[in-house]
Amino acid sequence: MKSFIPREVETLWTLFTAPTVWALHFLVCYATVAVFCAKGLASEISFDTVRIGLGVVTALALAMIVLSAWLAWRQWGFGSDDPPHDEATRNARTLFQGFATLLLSGLSFAAVLYMAIPMIFIAGCPP
Amino acid sequence: MTKELGNFSPEERAAQEERLRKVWETPKGIRYWTSVNNSEIGLWYGVTAFAFMLFAGLLGLLMRLQLAVPQNDFISAELFNQAFTLHGTVMMFLFAVPIFEAVAIFLLPSMLGARELPFPRLSAFGFWSFLIGGVFVCGSIFFNAAPNAGWFMYPPLATDDEYAGIGADIWLLGLSFIEVASIAAAVEIIVGIMKCRAPGMRVNLMPMFAWYLLIVAGMILFAFPPLIAGDILFEMERMFDWPFFDARRGGDPLLWQHLFWIFGHPEVYIIFLPAIALMAMIVPTFSQRPIVGYSWIVLAAVGTGFLSFGLWVHHMFATGLPQISLAFFSAASEAVAIPTGVQIFVFIATMLAGRVIFSVPMLFGAGGLIIFVIGGLTGVMVALVPFDWQAHDTYFVVAHLHYVLIGGMLFPVVAGIYYYFPFVTGKKLSDAWGRAAFWLMFAGFNTAFFPMHFSGLRGMPRRVFTYPEDIGWDWFNLISTIGAFVFAAGVATFVIDIFRPKQQPAERDLNPWNSGTLEWTNDPAETWGMRSVPIITSRYPLWDQPNLQADIEAGRFYLPDAKSGKRETLVTSVLDAKPIQCLRVGGVSYVTIIAAIALGGVFIALTFKLWITTIVFAIITFIAVIHWLWNGTAPIPEAPEIDVGLGETLPIYVSGPASVGWWAMFITMVGDGTAFASLIFGYFFYWTIHDDFTTIANGPGVLWPMAALVLYVIAWVLTLLARELNEKGPSGARLALIAAFAVSIAASLAGLAGPYLHGMDPTSHVYPAIVWIVAIWTVTHGMVGAIMQGYCLARSIAGRMTAEYDQDIRNVALYWHFMAFTAVVTFAVLGLFPLVNT
Repeated sequence: MKSFIPREVETLWTLFTAPTVWALHFLVCYATVAVFCAKGLASEISFDTVRIGLGVVTALALAMIVLSAWLAWRQWGFGSDDPPHDEATRNARTLFQGFATLLLSGLSFAAVLYMAIPMIFIAGCPP
Repeated sequence: MTKELGNFSPEERAAQEERLRKVWETPKGIRYWTSVNNSEIGLWYGVTAFAFMLFAGLLGLLMRLQLAVPQNDFISAELFNQAFTLHGTVMMFLFAVPIFEAVAIFLLPSMLGARELPFPRLSAFGFWSFLIGGVFVCGSIFFNAAPNAGWFMYPPLATDDEYAGIGADIWLLGLSFIEVASIAAAVEIIVGIMKCRAPGMRVNLMPMFAWYLLIVAGMILFAFPPLIAGDILFEMERMFDWPFFDARRGGDPLLWQHLFWIFGHPEVYIIFLPAIALMAMIVPTFSQRPIVGYSWIVLAAVGTGFLSFGLWVHHMFATGLPQISLAFFSAASEAVAIPTGVQIFVFIATMLAGRVIFSVPMLFGAGGLIIFVIGGLTGVMVALVPFDWQAHDTYFVVAHLHYVLIGGMLFPVVAGIYYYFPFVTGKKLSDAWGRAAFWLMFAGFNTAFFPMHFSGLRGMPRRVFTYPEDIGWDWFNLISTIGAFVFAAGVATFVIDIFRPKQQPAERDLNPWNSGTLEWTNDPAETWGMRSVPIITSRYPLWDQPNLQADIEAGRFYLPDAKSGKRETLVTSVLDAKPIQCLRVGGVSYVTIIAAIALGGVFIALTFKLWITTIVFAIITFIAVIHWLWNGTAPIPEAPEIDVGLGETLPIYVSGPASVGWWAMFITMVGDGTAFASLIFGYFFYWTIHDDFTTIANGPGVLWPMAALVLYVIAWVLTLLARELNEKGPSGARLALIAAFAVSIAASLAGLAGPYLHGMDPTSHVYPAIVWIVAIWTVTHGMVGAIMQGYCLARSIAGRMTAEYDQDIRNVALYWHFMAFTAVVTFAVLGLFPLVNT
């Protein structure tokens, strides 16, 4: 287990992990569908295959966001301490980062789900 | 961080202040304009942007007069077209974005506890570029030559020479010039916030304003470059007839819409977030308590920043894209309401938890929020595709966007001006005038814009210069016009309040609102910003740190003196703000003005197709920039370390990732990379709309692109080698640089050889055109890379770059990482993709 889950790192960038996953998921969905429809690939691959493929991508994205949320939760000390985390200590700063990252993971999770909804209801390319 | 604070006798303090005053002195007379101090640049920036706003507001009134009654002939259709195009363009590009840059440049150093942002001359350059570009664009209407195709310049209307005339060129080139200024500001703001905070100001103690601005500056890096890429394609079509948007020759006007709105939608949030950031400073002050939900605001800022990039197609719902694509963007448009809502609730919670003082800034803030929420709700409506199809391009959208922008931006900015006026001048604006201005503006705004929802729903299209009677639009339009003039009266009241003579307050009160944040320790009468750079232990240091003001003024903290006679500020670490460097920043200089005027000359001469003049100005720009870099950047200090007070010494010169210059290069290249990605997006966009894209015309072949790719990689390796060798001594590094320079030139020639030798005619079809433009982009970057290698060589020979002081070569190596990536992508796509796509 230890080798699989990353160690805690000291950087500002982890804050952006979950929204970045959202952005990549968004790009993959949009680009796949755009190319599929513009190139008229429906004769070769069925739209359902595309939906299943993007469903897998969505599941992967959600899994990555959950992982990011778990790491954030750990950085937040598993909720041992309550916000606002405004003390002038390294510990408070770390907890703040953890909490903010956790919130962003939640938002990104919801936003990825929003993106998935059209793929449930729309079954083809027409404008 | 418990430190023994400094203790100086009154004489010592007076001597320190004398030296500080001399170092940070603003020049007098005509040389005043050579100042680069953040307080001058911020002020000029703000005043200029505000003046542009008033100008664009007058254009708005002209339009309202014309639309007051049906079949009106107050102004001509042509002037009306120019008026609405310029109104939108100026409000967005010359007011909304620059005013935030102005506020950021003005406030950030004081808020963060820095003496100055890291690149003051860059700020000055940005300001002069903005002023020149702005005057050029605005002035065009007096020559009946203003852009007239709407602020988003859709081709084929805007590419039509007969209709759009020179106006479109003025728009494209004038604004490209201003986009350069915005990216310069983004670099300045990001590096400033990350590296120049007061010691102890950890990321969990940063003022909310800084969090927002950090996100906004990051957004600029990803939002503006696609527009720059679009501008390049557009101008190539207008100037040389390359058919990027001409459907007859394989182009597609939709690509412009994509590139424009990839910029245009985040732009709305780039405008909105800084204004909300002002609210995040004002609300706690007048609630007399810390903000509730600091982390939630970070969530809102970062979340909005990201999600705003997934919305652009909601401006293109009526273009016939597949429904599933529309639905993705509709979903993201709904999702962005979550962080926006969080933001609003945080303010409400803070007000509920504290005791609210309803001062003028709060009035404008609260009024703005109400207007913004209404705009947000209609936003949720138009984010739904079926509703949008009904409301698209009607006055409903006009109402929506004005509710969002005026509520989300103009009102909070006016609140900010009322709030920060004492910070700038030491005097408060009038309470009575302020209330009058607010009620006029609030009532006038709603009277003007609320009826537009109805005229829109009744089918009135935007941008019509007149309309017939008896189709149910008359009354709505007349009411809107009356409201617009009431609104304008409110704005006029506010402007008069600013300029009306005011009495000096009886006693010096630096913090009249009893605010908690650091900027209120500054004395507007002094130019040094912070008298000494304090140690911060709270989000609201003025509320929580006893004696802070007195200790700062007594010079008891860092950098209380300027013995070196140079402008110095502290650089601290990103997360915990530990002091790591004493940074010397540039002072008063002509070179920034000259560089901006010369670059402005390049753009203006290009507009009028004056090729020789363009070249002359380009050469002057080049010389000015080299002069600026050579004399102003990375000077070798007189000693490695300097005493910064409190018994600490810090290095003066650092290089690599620890230095602000490295970060500036990194950030600039991220923006540059985004523009490049947009061009590559263009390539593949054209591929999706053509079945036979790469076989329509001659391709560049495989040989020359591959040769260019390999040569660029070799040039990159040689540059890295030079960086490593330089640590051992100059001779090896110089040899490597000479070789790298030669290989870079060869690579650039090889890069152009492919399309040239295969006779690709860029005017014949979009395929050769996009191949040429991608190749030219990369080769231009390669040439800049070669100049950088030559520059390092010259620095080394001149003894300005040594084994120990090697910022130049480290930053150039960083440039070449991006360069190598660009070259590999470019030539792999141009050379190899046609093989895959057969």
